[in-house]
Amino acid sequence: MFTHDIVIVGGGGAGLRAAIAAAEVSNKLSIALVSKVYPMRSHTVSAEGGTAAVLREYDSLDLHAKDTIFGADFLADQDAVEAFVNEAPGELIQLEHWGCPWSRDPDGRVSCRSFGGMSVDRTLFAADKTGFHMLHALFQTSLKYDNIIRYDECFLTSLLVDNGKVRGVTSLNLYNGQVEVIAGKAVILCAGGGGRVFPFTTNAAINTGDGMAAAYRAGVALKDMEFVQYHPTGLPGTGILITEASRGEGGWLKNKDGYRFLQDYGLGPPTETPTHRKMELGPRDILSRCHMQELAKGRTFDGPYGHYVHLDLRHLGEEVINKKLPFVRELASKYVGIDPVYEPIPVRPVVHYMMGGISTDINAKTALDGLYAAGETACVSLNGANRLGSNSLTELLVFGTRAGRAAATAIATTSAPASGTLEALASDEQRRLNRQFLQKSAGKERIATLRQEMQKAMEVGAGIYRDEQSMKQACDTLRTLRERFKDIIIEDQVSTFNTELTAALELDFMLDVAETIANSALKRKESRGSHTRTDFPKRDDENFLKHTLAFCSPDGPRIDYAPVTITRWQPEERKY
Amino acid sequence: MAEPSITLNVTRYRPGRDQEPLLQSYTVPFREDWVVLDALNHIKDEMDGTLSYRWSCRMGVCGSCGMMVNGTPKLTCAAFLRDYYPGEIRVEPLVNFPIIRDLVIDMSDFLDKLKSVKPWIIRKEEKPISQGEYLQTPAELDSYKQFTQCINCMLCYAACPVYGLEPNFLGPAAIALGYRYNMDSRDQGQDQRTVIGNHDGIWHCTFVGECSVVCPKHVDPAAAIQRSKVETAKNWFQSILLPWGQR
Repeated sequence: MFTHDIVIVGGGGAGLRAAIAAAEVSNKLSIALVSKVYPMRSHTVSAEGGTAAVLREYDSLDLHAKDTIFGADFLADQDAVEAFVNEAPGELIQLEHWGCPWSRDPDGRVSCRSFGGMSVDRTLFAADKTGFHMLHALFQTSLKYDNIIRYDECFLTSLLVDNGKVRGVTSLNLYNGQVEVIAGKAVILCAGGGGRVFPFTTNAAINTGDGMAAAYRAGVALKDMEFVQYHPTGLPGTGILITEASRGEGGWLKNKDGYRFLQDYGLGPPTETPTHRKMELGPRDILSRCHMQELAKGRTFDGPYGHYVHLDLRHLGEEVINKKLPFVRELASKYVGIDPVYEPIPVRPVVHYMMGGISTDINAKTALDGLYAAGETACVSLNGANRLGSNSLTELLVFGTRAGRAAATAIATTSAPASGTLEALASDEQRRLNRQFLQKSAGKERIATLRQEMQKAMEVGAGIYRDEQSMKQACDTLRTLRERFKDIIIEDQVSTFNTELTAALELDFMLDVAETIANSALKRKESRGSHTRTDFPKRDDENFLKHTLAFCSPDGPRIDYAPVTITRWQPEERKY
Repeated sequence: MAEPSITLNVTRYRPGRDQEPLLQSYTVPFREDWVVLDALNHIKDEMDGTLSYRWSCRMGVCGSCGMMVNGTPKLTCAAFLRDYYPGEIRVEPLVNFPIIRDLVIDMSDFLDKLKSVKPWIIRKEEKPISQGEYLQTPAELDSYKQFTQCINCMLCYAACPVYGLEPNFLGPAAIALGYRYNMDSRDQGQDQRTVIGNHDGIWHCTFVGECSVVCPKHVDPAAAIQRSKVETAKNWFQSILLPWGQR
């Protein structure tokens, strides 16, 4: 058993920021940073386009708040949005002081670029590898704090809850296969999203919703899980992300007739150079729906991996592409054999981000005593029914910091956990893993088969367009898969680095996350943000201006609701 | 016509079970757009769930999936089967590291070395956040930017003959990252990164240059090492030749 003051699960942007924030509260605090991968492998690394904050004289906090709330289709909690826009500039300056290599204007100031749904240029960037640079700056900076103790490649299996209080986690040490107790007076979950419940996603392999599922099993609600963001521009086949910054810099989306089709959906008029909030700078949910409408009209291309349209950057010229979008050029050249300087890039909508997550308050605290969450794992709610591009990297920092500080402050009055109880809980957990996975005699279900069936059910039932029947079917399929999961085969009995076991544990987590998405979606009988129902095409503020809460029960998710916090922006029609 | 296929010979090593690493053959479908990592995932999902390896982003930025492919260190998410077809492909763990299992190496040595170069901004005096950012011109950014592109994938350590012989050598990535901070106009900590100029730092390097050749992100660690040598030597001469007060 290892004992610390605070246990942070996840070493991406939110986890590292929370760790540093807690470490700066007091160098006497002992902070465990537990991650199933080395922190610099975390999915923050893949974020490309930028991170938003009000840093220019032409901008205002209210405008950033309004854009965010409007983008969220009024489902964001406005107190959380206000805290976010207020603290965003300081967080990005802090990261600048920590060495993040932001792209610069000729006068030496950090540069800002346009992004979808934002009224002005307010997105800071480091070329088109913003997440990569932020993650490495945070990770390298974290190395200077001796009170941050890393548990690299330790896989979260459960939260330890004793007497209504979170007392740490159990984790599977990949090097020796042992279930270990990492105890603490507070736990902060920063374990990322769960895009891998879908077959076609920009998300990395590690994005399996572990933190969400662990909190859910411990009785905490998952909020607004039905809101899944499709990014309009992923590469067909692999789902690799082509950043929104390529449109922020002036790229065009064209159908198979070479026509900038977004003008047919109320986003026009088309202009040569980008106009904020118009055409290619519309929000992601709307652009993804436009793509599907073009598909229905037979105006998309058809390739070996299905429908796609063109993202045309040629008119930007080689110099701009090399300077502002070098990674886009690298990815397109390598993975689809297209050099965007000379040819348009094939793109299609792809699952990218979960607006929903572990329900927290404005200080990242959950309803379970001692448990905090931040980043994509969490739902504050800042992003409501649709997140604006470049708000999530900033969210990692603002709410990572809030979580770290809140936990560090709260534990000053918390007593240390009783070791005997925790060790007993850990033995239970080890027995569970042995019984379910390692020492079972037989089984006939392959992990990959169940995973593929889950992903297919989600794509059909919880995709861009949804209806009662397909969602119901998805809910039923997921229930059946949960039963079949009990009969899983694990061939690997070796304790060292058993990635078949971790794949099974990840699938176990994903099945929970998938069920909360499908069931939350089924019950929301309206269309709002990313949740679009063909059978209920209108937003219904009277009945559904509220957060969905999914609670764990033996028969699957139990759905409840909570009010949305409205401060200064009354709901209005969302039109761009 | 039968579907085209390709054979991968993959290192297997399970501690407590295998005496030593051995190659195991798998024949997988050949697809024009598959990378070696896709083939490994096919093996894991459809043929043999016991094969272990690291991977995550599959787009060349997380740095997890470095392996030896036909004897050369590569990111397997960027090594296309078509470049080897119809020949067989040998997939082995990165050399110069202890093997934990199968294709998984122990890179904890690098984490210690990375920390030893103090890869963070060091200031004599911190500027308060309320005073805004440190100004940095695009030219100042360019002077260190390429060294920030390191994804810690360890290919350069696998390619470095000196690291293979002298495990104490700091190695290409750690030196490049230390140098990155030395060159950053916001940093004032060069005199605290002495480890770079020590015996186990740059002076071990015999300038083979393989590190720069294998780097998937076009970082040039060899250049960082050579430039550091010049600067360290210059500082040393200055410390001897210049009178007190001008050093």
